[in-house]
Amino acid sequence: MLYLAIMSPSHHGTEPVFDVTGVTKVYTSGEVEVRALAGIDLQLFAGEIAVLLGPSGSGKSTLLNIIGGLDRATSGSVLFNGRDLTDFSDRQLTRFRRDHIGFVFQFYNLIPSLTAWENVSLVTEVARDPMTPDEALAMVNLTDRMSHFPAQLSGGEQQRVAIARAIAKRPEVLLCDEPTGALDSKTGVIVLEALTRINTEFGTTTAIITHNAGIQQIAHRVFQFLDGRIASMHVNEARIAATEVEW
Amino acid sequence: MLSALDRKLVRDLTRLWAQVLAVGLVIACGVMTIVLFVGATRSLDETRSAFYERYRFASVFASANRAPERLKRDLAAIEGVAAVETRIVKDLILDIDGMIEPAAGIAVSLPDAGEARVNRLYLRQGRLPEPDRSDEVAVVETFASAHGFRPGDRFRAQINGKSRELTITGVVLSPEFIYAIGPGDMVPDQRRYGILFMPRKTLAAAFDMTGSFNSAVLTTLRNADVEVITEAVDDLLRHYGGTGAYGREDQTSHAFLDAELTQLEAMAGVIPPIFLFVSAFLVNMILSRLIALEREQIGLLKASGYTSVGVAWHYAKMVLAIVLVGLVIGSVAGAWLGGSLARLYAQFFSFPFLVFAGSADLYVIAAVVSVIAALAGAASAIRTVVALPPAVAMRPPAPANYRSLGLDLGILHSVFSQLTTMALRHLWRNPVRTGLTALGTSFSVALLVTALFSFDSIDHMIDQIFFQTSREDAVIAFAGDRHPDALRAVRRMPGILAAEPYRQVPVTMSNRHIEERLVLEGLPSMTDLTRVLDRDQLPLALPSNGIVLSDRVAERLDLRVGDLASIEVMQQDDRIVHVPVAGTIQSLVGLTAYMDLEALNRLVRDGDRISGARVKLDADRLGQTYAAVKETPGISSIALTNLSRANFRATIEENIVISITIYTVLAVIITFGVIYNSARIQLSERGRELASLRVFGFTRGEVSSILMIELGVVVLFAQPLGWALGYGFAWSVAQGFESDLYRIPLVVEQSTYTTASLVVTAAAVVSALAVRRRIDRLDLIEVLKTRE
Repeated sequence: MLYLAIMSPSHHGTEPVFDVTGVTKVYTSGEVEVRALAGIDLQLFAGEIAVLLGPSGSGKSTLLNIIGGLDRATSGSVLFNGRDLTDFSDRQLTRFRRDHIGFVFQFYNLIPSLTAWENVSLVTEVARDPMTPDEALAMVNLTDRMSHFPAQLSGGEQQRVAIARAIAKRPEVLLCDEPTGALDSKTGVIVLEALTRINTEFGTTTAIITHNAGIQQIAHRVFQFLDGRIASMHVNEARIAATEVEW
Repeated sequence: MLSALDRKLVRDLTRLWAQVLAVGLVIACGVMTIVLFVGATRSLDETRSAFYERYRFASVFASANRAPERLKRDLAAIEGVAAVETRIVKDLILDIDGMIEPAAGIAVSLPDAGEARVNRLYLRQGRLPEPDRSDEVAVVETFASAHGFRPGDRFRAQINGKSRELTITGVVLSPEFIYAIGPGDMVPDQRRYGILFMPRKTLAAAFDMTGSFNSAVLTTLRNADVEVITEAVDDLLRHYGGTGAYGREDQTSHAFLDAELTQLEAMAGVIPPIFLFVSAFLVNMILSRLIALEREQIGLLKASGYTSVGVAWHYAKMVLAIVLVGLVIGSVAGAWLGGSLARLYAQFFSFPFLVFAGSADLYVIAAVVSVIAALAGAASAIRTVVALPPAVAMRPPAPANYRSLGLDLGILHSVFSQLTTMALRHLWRNPVRTGLTALGTSFSVALLVTALFSFDSIDHMIDQIFFQTSREDAVIAFAGDRHPDALRAVRRMPGILAAEPYRQVPVTMSNRHIEERLVLEGLPSMTDLTRVLDRDQLPLALPSNGIVLSDRVAERLDLRVGDLASIEVMQQDDRIVHVPVAGTIQSLVGLTAYMDLEALNRLVRDGDRISGARVKLDADRLGQTYAAVKETPGISSIALTNLSRANFRATIEENIVISITIYTVLAVIITFGVIYNSARIQLSERGRELASLRVFGFTRGEVSSILMIELGVVVLFAQPLGWALGYGFAWSVAQGFESDLYRIPLVVEQSTYTTASLVVTAAAVVSALAVRRRIDRLDLIEVLKTRE
């Protein structure tokens, strides 16, 4: 613990936003037990960008789902600002996601029947202190594509709409699962730029899952996953801008 | 050994069991109604034909006042006549122990020697009366069972004013009285109406008719021209008070059976097609979705060498399996309900045997029709299977393309939340499917309206007939026309509060070449008990000159107000009188024509005459009145309107419950089939979208609301559509029901629309809730990993 605290970037608060201790996750599918997480300890601090690296099945997504309130840990505790998510009811988890978490997924998960602007306002309509959809779309440079439906947008544009939708409610945490996984390098960079810009401007704690090792260069800290454990963690001393990321 | 594809088929069917069952039930309803309506039509038709043939039912019927027996030979000599039977047929009043009110009856004579050559009797119990035993009688089965009569039992009858005790020797059925309806009744009342068969000698002696007859029944040779024969019969009977011969279509029992058959055909034309259409639509919906989901599997199958036809056959087999489910359920239900219907018919129609004719070919027809409907529904989906190239199939389909609703942004955003916008856009994106879903649901509403309207109409009928038009308590008919003094005698009877005379004269009315036999009724110019009402339901004063016709008569004869109708009084001379049509009225029962009583007497030229009286009874003195009626020789029959009304209502109400239950079940099945499948498909298409919303923090209720809004809009649109369709179906049913006997007025009350909508909406809510549970169980994580 001490080690992590010392190594954390100076502008981060001392209290972690997430404090994950001894989390395991066992899936039972049929007669087979799959141990997706085999004991994870991790803290995420306010304002940092954490990149979670690792091969398929190493447990990154499972952890992200658990801290995002989509799934429950088999054992261990997940403290969010001091409150344990493992005690939350379904209703409280829904509320938690609604108020505090922004999600960005590999396949965007936009609502095809809503325009870009409407996809964002879907979230702002129910958020407590949102920015306007126009502001959110401006953050990702999509002001001129607001009234387009998802089918009329490119992959990169769709992902930026998804990011705008995730940040529009001013979440404390942004959880991104392979945000550039379906994109080419050029559009991928644009998406990363948007993520770093939001992190800088709002201090949003951001966790990014990726296969792409190049992306770790934009992180404050990098966690390496292997077989349901964190194999290593290092602090990125020389962060680079998203535009400089080597794909 | 099942092939791998067949095993997939079995597993798909098992997995989709709820949807398969929902569609199967709709198909089952189609099969059931085909089996029921077509089966019932056949049963009635075939049983009737067989009964007619075996018991030599007449083709021509004639009655006269008194014709000499020697005419029998002349009647038999008419070309085309196969056999003749002359008879004495008389109205009677029956006095049965335990019944305060008099019952009406008809006595029909049996030949003195040998079996009747026409209209033979089927002997159910006992034996026919001996020709020489004047106290012996055979009675029809319905009457016997209503009173628990067995051979050996006795009852009293007023025969030409003399009370006679009669002994029942046998219980019989007659092809002439399959449907036996008493005077003034709307539905048969077996207790108050009896058909008696007595030796000719007995009746001849009682009515002073030795060597004479007043009824003749004739069978004809095949291909004989009935019209020519009736004319020849009329010529022979003209001078003996012949009231006009007629064919089977005007014979009461036959005509009622015809009316029932017409109704069944009308229902068969409306109800089964509804189910066939809905099942075609549902099969289309389910199969299209399944094929969209299995796109990649289809690609894989084709890539591994399965032919397009082979893959298409795989999906066609799925459709056939669904039809099979429907066919099994529908056949069982159809046979079962058919049996119940046959039992219901047995209450109204007296056949020696009535089996529900669920012959095998009927099920084959139902199967073929259902398969055609289902495959027609599946055709477009299966075509896409054939057309799909394997390489394309293995790529995911292009993303859903949405368009704006036209009246977009500003208005939409100010009125609806994004969730509602999602729902509306999704509906709008697939207008054909949305429209068909609404149409499918609207059929449930329409079906209920079609079923329920008949009760509105019958209520209206009861009000029209019994409370507006025939407001008397009883109709007393004299034995033959009498001098108006008879009315005074009626008024003097105990318990008679008011009496109004009437005269009924059988006439042939014609306009140019069109001819119609009907009864012209003479009434005092202004009446209170029986009223002639104009179109505004106001009492109409009969003009001192001219006739007033019911719409149906005017229509039949192509007569309009001001035209001259030619009237020939059948019992009199050959005179043809031309009388102006003074007005037309709406009438629900029979072919009616009215004339001022005095004008009618002038027209007939036999002095002042009346046929009977309509009376108002003192409810506290019914016993005395009935007793007096039974003892009065000049009264040949009494029709108790008050009891007819009660009996009609009771019969209808008994059937209401059965009917409403059946149609409600059918409507619920359609609603469930359409809404449940529609919701399941929505969920399948949009599971990912809805799960995403849950991930973003929308509650289960909010996410479900999208689906509920969509279904709500569909159900909402279905209502007015269903009302309109229902009105249309009701109209076509009313048209189909129309006969010379009665007309069902097209009356659809507000409450019928309301009930139909409430039932369908409730069924829709339950169907939607069944799917809502699945929204609660959406897998949030799985859905994020997969590309659509």
